[in-house]
Amino acid sequence: MDIATRSIEGGFAEPVFNAQTVFRATMDAMARPGSIQALPPLAHPPAPLSATAGAMALALCDNDTPVWLDPRLQAEASVKAWLSFHTGAPSANTPADAHFAIVANPAEMAALDGFSQGTQEYPDRSTTLILLIDDLASGPSLQLEGPGIEKTAMIAPVGMPRHFVEQWKQNNQRFPRGVDIILAAPGSLACLPRTTRIKTMEA
Amino acid sequence: MTARETEIATYNFAYLDEQTKRMIRRAILKGIAIPGYQVPFASREMPMPYGWGTGGVQVTASIIGPDDVLKVIDQGADDTTNAVSIRAFFKKVANVAVTTETAKATIIQTRHRIPEHPLNTGQVLVFQVPIPEPLRFLEPRETETRKMHALEEYGLMHVKLYEDIARHGRIATTYAYPVKIEGRYVMDPSPTPKFDNPKMHRSPALQLFGAGREKRIYAVPPFTEVVSLDFEDHPFEVQTFDQPCALCAAENVHLDEVILDDHGGHMFVCSDTDHCEKRRADGHRGSLAPETHLALEKTEPAQ
Repeated sequence: MDIATRSIEGGFAEPVFNAQTVFRATMDAMARPGSIQALPPLAHPPAPLSATAGAMALALCDNDTPVWLDPRLQAEASVKAWLSFHTGAPSANTPADAHFAIVANPAEMAALDGFSQGTQEYPDRSTTLILLIDDLASGPSLQLEGPGIEKTAMIAPVGMPRHFVEQWKQNNQRFPRGVDIILAAPGSLACLPRTTRIKTMEA
Repeated sequence: MTARETEIATYNFAYLDEQTKRMIRRAILKGIAIPGYQVPFASREMPMPYGWGTGGVQVTASIIGPDDVLKVIDQGADDTTNAVSIRAFFKKVANVAVTTETAKATIIQTRHRIPEHPLNTGQVLVFQVPIPEPLRFLEPRETETRKMHALEEYGLMHVKLYEDIARHGRIATTYAYPVKIEGRYVMDPSPTPKFDNPKMHRSPALQLFGAGREKRIYAVPPFTEVVSLDFEDHPFEVQTFDQPCALCAAENVHLDEVILDDHGGHMFVCSDTDHCEKRRADGHRGSLAPETHLALEKTEPAQ
């Protein structure tokens, strides 16, 4: 398949209802951090962009939202072409300009504080990170607490950024500024808004 | 094709165009991530005037899907103008199922009440908000109130509550009573009676707030600390009523006064009509209740 075909095919079959399904799963995940929301593969982007992360981009990004891609996605011309054809989102020159950042290789990603943190007056002007994760249950467990969690919640994503617990603690301390994370796994997703605290991390 | 289908096809699903929905959806996600912070959004003109719930309608339109069941209340009532017209609006533009029963709804859009029936996980409560900024009547400049939120400078609000005590001997604010969310942002709970403030505290439902004219969206996620501002020697307390509902004899619910004649006759009835009807259907009778059985409105399925 040539690049032109790969960048045009694989959008939502039903744009209105599919976008609503993806958003609702994301909203529920953001409102209940650590809960894992199922999401069927509604989009079929070119690799290495996953179906879940691709669907997320289609549901949330448009010409108002500069998107930053990590080097692994950046290297694949068809991913950039697919995103710009389907969403019209401009690409952000630096992580600090991005409204959304899509990261295919979170284990080697840049530090969280390199992304836009928002300002004290407008903490909403921050980057939302979409991390492509292989699995939400078989990595090191993270015990979560904070708004949206009745007592504690647990997730165990595989291949999180280096020193993630320490970086996340710093992200918490910047509140109300800070980044929010959407973990996009195959067939499911979970969210870590900036209010969520990670209590312990077992090896 | 029937006439009805033609009518629906004229609009995008849920009235708003997709780009508007995406913009509102992004604001909702930020609002949930920063509980109590007012996220600016590009509010659209809606086919109803400002003050009729354009903010709440835009939030509902952006989250609603074909499987949702919608309930709309206006001061607790399902059958007043605002509630009826917004319910009819979504039936027409989104063809969703609507209900008056709190427990059956997945989305409840509300104007100034929280239902008496406890909400559960998975329900979304959408508030219509006229003035989202709790500091607005104390400081008219947006640049200043924004800075006050940024610096967590809420002394002025405590001064206002203190002045209430100095003048009236108690905190006289009875609705739109300011709350602090997770120990950080002071938030206007919308003009709900302060009776409902404790229901917001660690509620299992997601609470979204939309202010159309003022162009702000904010949110309180489930299980979030919502503390009404008060003083050690003047603790927050809710309204109490010295008599039960005249129709269903319910106690510890919010009551509305209804004038019966021009000789001072009046009665107090539940402001939550669904709660009141349910109780009467279960056989509860207040002092002024008619003996006839009330036909309950059932869930109307999607067409």
